[in-house]
Amino acid sequence: MAYSDKVVDHFQHPRNVGSFGTSADVAKRTDVGVGIVGAPECGDVMQLQIKVNEQGLIEDAKFKCFGCGSAIASSSLATEWLKGKSVDEALTIKNTQIVEELSLPPVKIHCSVLAEDSIRAAIADYRKKNGVVAETTAAAH
Amino acid sequence: MAPKLPIFLDNAATTRCDPRVVEAMLPYFSEKFGNSASRNHKFGWEGEDAVELAREQAAALIGANPKEIIFTSGSTESNNLAIKGAAEMYAKAPVGQTGRGHIITATHEHKAVLDPCKRLQREGFDVTFLEPGEDGIITADMVAGAIRPDTILVTLMWANNEIGTINELPQIGKLCHEKEIILHTDATQWVGKMPTDVERDCIDLMSWSAHKMYGPKGVGALFVRRRKPRVRLEALIDGGGHERGMRSGTLNVTGIVGFGKACELCKEHMEQECERLVKLRRKLETELSKRIEVTQVNGHADKRLPHICNISFGFVEGESLMMGVKDIACSSGSACTSASLEPSYVLKALGVGDELAHSSLRLSLGRWTTEEEVDFAIEQIVKAVEHLRTMSPLFDLHKEGIDISKIVWQAH
Ligand SMILES: Cc1ncc(COP(=O)(O)O)c(C=O)c1O
Ligand code: FES
Repeated sequence: MAYSDKVVDHFQHPRNVGSFGTSADVAKRTDVGVGIVGAPECGDVMQLQIKVNEQGLIEDAKFKCFGCGSAIASSSLATEWLKGKSVDEALTIKNTQIVEELSLPPVKIHCSVLAEDSIRAAIADYRKKNGVVAETTAAAH
Repeated sequence: MAPKLPIFLDNAATTRCDPRVVEAMLPYFSEKFGNSASRNHKFGWEGEDAVELAREQAAALIGANPKEIIFTSGSTESNNLAIKGAAEMYAKAPVGQTGRGHIITATHEHKAVLDPCKRLQREGFDVTFLEPGEDGIITADMVAGAIRPDTILVTLMWANNEIGTINELPQIGKLCHEKEIILHTDATQWVGKMPTDVERDCIDLMSWSAHKMYGPKGVGALFVRRRKPRVRLEALIDGGGHERGMRSGTLNVTGIVGFGKACELCKEHMEQECERLVKLRRKLETELSKRIEVTQVNGHADKRLPHICNISFGFVEGESLMMGVKDIACSSGSACTSASLEPSYVLKALGVGDELAHSSLRLSLGRWTTEEEVDFAIEQIVKAVEHLRTMSPLFDLHKEGIDISKIVWQAH
C-alpha cells in the first residue's frame, strides 16, 4: 500500500513533536490538558497535549505517537489544526476530516479515530483540571 | 560503492530468480514446449527428459531417490497433499466419524500447515498444537511427550520462516521412525540453504518451494519416502494419474526445469553461501543491538538459519519503522501491517510481549545481498529508530524510568 504525499510529509517532518514537561509535571499544570489513548499491545499509543491560555484559546499543542505512519500523520495534523482554536471549536474536529485531508485508506481509518479520541481526551483532562464537567463522549469505534 | 536502492532484504518472502535458472527455462516456453506425458513424439520426449533431469537435481539436493519426488505448485500444495493425504490414508476411522487419529504440529507453523490441520480437526482428527519455548524451538522431548497410541502423523517445520529458528528435526525424525509415526516437515526455508539428507535425517515427507531458493514462483516438490517405510498418500487432485497418481495435471515443465536448476545451484554453492550469510547476519544483529538500546533478537541465538534475522526495537512501531527505512524492502510482525490488525502469531507463540511483536522487523538475506547493502541497512535502521523514538510516548516513559508493562492502559 502506498502512502499519500501528505502522510509521507508529516511522517518525515512531523509538526509539533514533544510535550510540555515530564508526565509528572504536566499532571500538575492546569493550563495543560493531556490525552493518551490506545495501548502498546494494540500497536498504537497516541499522546496529545494542549496548552490553553487565559482566553481559552489553544495556544500550543504537542504530540507523541507510537503507531503506524498514518497514526503519526493524523496526530501531527491534529496539532496543526488545534493551534489557535478555542476548546469548543477543537471539539468539532472530526476523524473524517483527517481521513480526507490525508487521503487515508479504509484500513487506516482507526488511526484517525485515535487522533480524534486523543483530542477529546486532552480537552476532557484540561476541563477536569479546571473544574468543568466533561460532557464529551468518546467517538465509538 | 553505494548500493542500488531499494535493497531487497525480504528473501524469506521470495527470492530473485537466478539468471542461470531463467536461461535454463527459456527453451521450454516456445521451442521445447512438449507435454511430458506425450509418449509418442519428440516434443513429448524432450519434455519428459527435462522433467526427469529436474527430478534428479531435486533428489540430489536432499539425498533422495528421484522416484520419491512429486512436483507440485509449491509448498502450500505440498503441505496440503502431505498432511491431508497422509491423514486420510492412515485414518483410524472412516469419514464422518470422530477419533480418526492424532496429529502433532506446533502453534508457530506456517498457515499452510496450520490451516490443513485445523480442517482435519473439524473432520474428526485430534490435533495437538505444541507450544515452542521462548527460543522458538520444538524439541524431540516435546514431541515425545505428546505422542499417543493413536498418533498417525507429526508435521513440524524444519526452520521457521519468521524467526529462522531450527527445530530438532533429525532427532524428531528418529523418534518418529522408532514409534512408526509418519513425519512430514515443511522445509521451505531450510532446503537449499542447509545440508539435507532425508535418509540420515529420517524424514518421510518433505515440502519445499522453488521461489524461496532462487527459482521461479508456482513450483515446488513433495518428497514422499518409498521404502522403510513406504509412505502412501490419498491424492487431492484426481485426473490423468501423473506423479505416481498423487498429483494429476499436466506438468509445469518450464517451472520444473527452473526448479531443478535452482536445486543444482543451491547444492553447488551451499557451503560458502551459508558461511557468507551467517557473517552478514551476525554483523546486522550485533551492530543493531550495539547501537540501539532496548533491542531484542527474537528466537534462539544460534540454532537459526543463516539468512533470517528477526529483531524488535522497543518503543517504535513496526509499520512506521518500515516507512522510515524506505530504501529497504523487509517485513514486520506489527499488526498495522497485517490485514487482521493482529501482531505476528509466531512472535506471540514465543511469548514475545505484544508491544515488542509490534516493534519487530524481519530482515532476510539472500544470494545477492552484499556487505555494502548490510552496512547501508544498519545506518538507515539506526536513523529511523532514532527518528521514531523522538516521537514515541513510550520511549519518554522508559526514559522517565516508568515500566510500560505495569501501566494499565485505557482500552479503546
Ligand atoms: C515455511 C513456509 N511454508 C510454506 C510457504 C508457502 O510456500 P509457497 O509460496 O510455495 O506456497 C512458505 C512461504 O510463504 C513458507 O515460508
Ligand atoms: S496505528 Fe496501527 S494501523 Fe495505524
